[in-house]
Amino acid sequence: MFKVIERQKLASTITLLKLRSPEIAKKVRPGQFVIIRLHEEGERIPLTVNDFDREGGSITIVFQEVGKTTKLLGRLNVGDAVADLVGPLGRHTEIEKFGKVICIGGGVGTAVIYPVTRALYQAGNEVTGIVGARSKDLLTFVKEMEAVTQRLIVTTDDGSMGRHGLVTDPLKEMLQGGEKIDRVIAIGPAVMMKFVCKTTEPYKVKTIVSLNPIMLDATGMCGVCRVLVDGETKFGCVDGPEFDGHKVDFDLLINRLQQYLAEEKISLAAIEG
Amino acid sequence: MAAEGKEKKKIIPNRVHMAEQPAEDRIKNFREVPLGYTEDEASEEARRCLQCKKPACSTGCPVEIDIPAFISLVAEKKFAEAAKKIKETNSLPAVCGRVCPQEIQCENKCVVGKKGEPVSIGRLERFVADWEREKGKVEPPPKPKPKTKKVAVIGSGPAGLTVASDLVKMGYGVTLFEALHKTGGVLVYGIPEFRLPKDIVQAEVDFVESLGVEIKTNALIGTLHTVPELMENGYEAVFIGIGAGGPMFMNIPGEALNGVYSANEFLTRSNLMKAYLFPAYDTPIKKSKKVAVVGAGNVAMDSVRTAIRLGADEVYLVYRRSEQEMPARIEEIERAKEEGAIFKLLTNPVRIIGNDKGWVTSMECIRMELGEPDDSGRRRPVPVKGSEFIIEVDSIIMALGTNANPLLPQSTPGLTLNKWGYITTDEETCATSIKGVYAGGDIVTGSATVILAMGAGRKAARAIDKYLSGNT
Repeated sequence: MFKVIERQKLASTITLLKLRSPEIAKKVRPGQFVIIRLHEEGERIPLTVNDFDREGGSITIVFQEVGKTTKLLGRLNVGDAVADLVGPLGRHTEIEKFGKVICIGGGVGTAVIYPVTRALYQAGNEVTGIVGARSKDLLTFVKEMEAVTQRLIVTTDDGSMGRHGLVTDPLKEMLQGGEKIDRVIAIGPAVMMKFVCKTTEPYKVKTIVSLNPIMLDATGMCGVCRVLVDGETKFGCVDGPEFDGHKVDFDLLINRLQQYLAEEKISLAAIEG
Repeated sequence: MAAEGKEKKKIIPNRVHMAEQPAEDRIKNFREVPLGYTEDEASEEARRCLQCKKPACSTGCPVEIDIPAFISLVAEKKFAEAAKKIKETNSLPAVCGRVCPQEIQCENKCVVGKKGEPVSIGRLERFVADWEREKGKVEPPPKPKPKTKKVAVIGSGPAGLTVASDLVKMGYGVTLFEALHKTGGVLVYGIPEFRLPKDIVQAEVDFVESLGVEIKTNALIGTLHTVPELMENGYEAVFIGIGAGGPMFMNIPGEALNGVYSANEFLTRSNLMKAYLFPAYDTPIKKSKKVAVVGAGNVAMDSVRTAIRLGADEVYLVYRRSEQEMPARIEEIERAKEEGAIFKLLTNPVRIIGNDKGWVTSMECIRMELGEPDDSGRRRPVPVKGSEFIIEVDSIIMALGTNANPLLPQSTPGLTLNKWGYITTDEETCATSIKGVYAGGDIVTGSATVILAMGAGRKAARAIDKYLSGNT
């Protein structure tokens, strides 16, 4: 069992949990994820790690409550525990001094790009952050991102905070304005990552994305997380989760994410009834 | 009995029948198919054994069970003693009695089998293990004198469980690391409930734990800890028994469509995650109408039979060779047929076709004919030109075998692998290229059987003992 030692409600549907796991905390690096299973009847879900405290022996996850498991996870309180926590999983983000870097976080993806941004900032990069959400209420980690970027741009779809528009808008302007950008890293919904890649592709700016396919064991055994990268089948869990976004078949990824929508509704109805 | 013993024993050609769930019932549930012997039936079957002076059966057993000895105890209805006898060399008898391919091992060598049906060694092993468990008379072996040295065993499948129990019985401190949330490896994620009930696997794992093995689940070695780290942290020897792991696909167009699964995914959902009980269990599984399973090994049969139980109307088994070349056990092939599987033999998929929503609708196949024998000695299937045809399906399960999972090897500098990524070991000792590191089971051989993995575990445990005692 892995105990919840801190809980914060970041937005109406976004929760932060700090879980005690000294072993994972010791090893995890930005960009890696964990698998959580709540209880004996539970499913295994992947969540990218938001932060870690190596001395304190804990990891932090931030998630949006969308399905049964994330909703139940959001109901946990300090002192409660999850049955299983596996990690660190996947390859960590490549951290180097690239030069000028743009880190883009969409929705709850901002919580996940935060440790990546921090590491890139600490590695001496000149970092611009772009964080966006549907509305102000769903924006998280803005302050934290401000602290680890030279410049932070906030966008909301409804204009309730920052710029009215999408994360791709300021990105496009920078590229069109001839700013020299060495690398873009984007984490968020698949559709957002797809359009970030479409935006940077004509300018040939290397763009890294963190994919979120359906997973089961997440150790390379089942293949449900297969994605097409440069025409080749790769497993999101062990070859990823980060890939060169210009080579990813996003439409296939988006389609594969739909596989269990009907079943997810049934599960959700059971706890909301 | 005593008087009979002196005479030359008469051969009783036929086995005692074992009751089983009839096909029409069992396709509606996930309960075990064969129901096991009663005490009287077991004893009667045991009396068919000739008690050969030089028993050939035991030489056919990869873990060297003293078969005539335990069978003679069953004949005398000394079941507790029979269990003890088996457990001297096999910590997982309830598993082996069910899933070992006895027909090519012990029973293949049985002298009675030359005149009639061989003695049902597997069924008797299963009976004894079940009797002991159900009677609650599982007796731990005497505690050995503890040794100070510690061994890390990676993977809690058949190989790992065997190494761990053998070494702990010798007095070593043993930690068993498992990446999943449940112990048992392929016994829990791969083999279905109707062939190997999970509470039986759990009982066998509990037994191994009761011997003093420390079990750590959710521990993926290669990321959480590496092999070199384990050795720095007090483990003087390491055994790698992580299984083959990776799923194989055909690399044909359409394999990424929704509705195409690896057998690993399909069976893990159903077995490990209990998706057949969805929504009581959270993990979903698609209940398809027309399913094609590609392949013809035991995993393919397990997939076919699982799909039937999930309620499919038609389940096809698509195989490029003929029935004669099928790698599955005959027993499994027969059961799949009884349960209504439709065999599409000499048939090979060439393309998977989907609808505009990205879901599978059909599979294009080509007919095959058998040509000259290939490297495996089986006749090579060759496509018949222009014979393409379409099978309508809404699910396809690829049961083509597995490949080596590179996660652990990649994090272990100096570990020698063969060209397929499997770990290279010494055949006698299971030693790898790294001093103190041993490996066995599917990660060495590629997909094989439970009992061969256990056999490797036994050998490795002996070699590790020798190594740690300073005798190598």
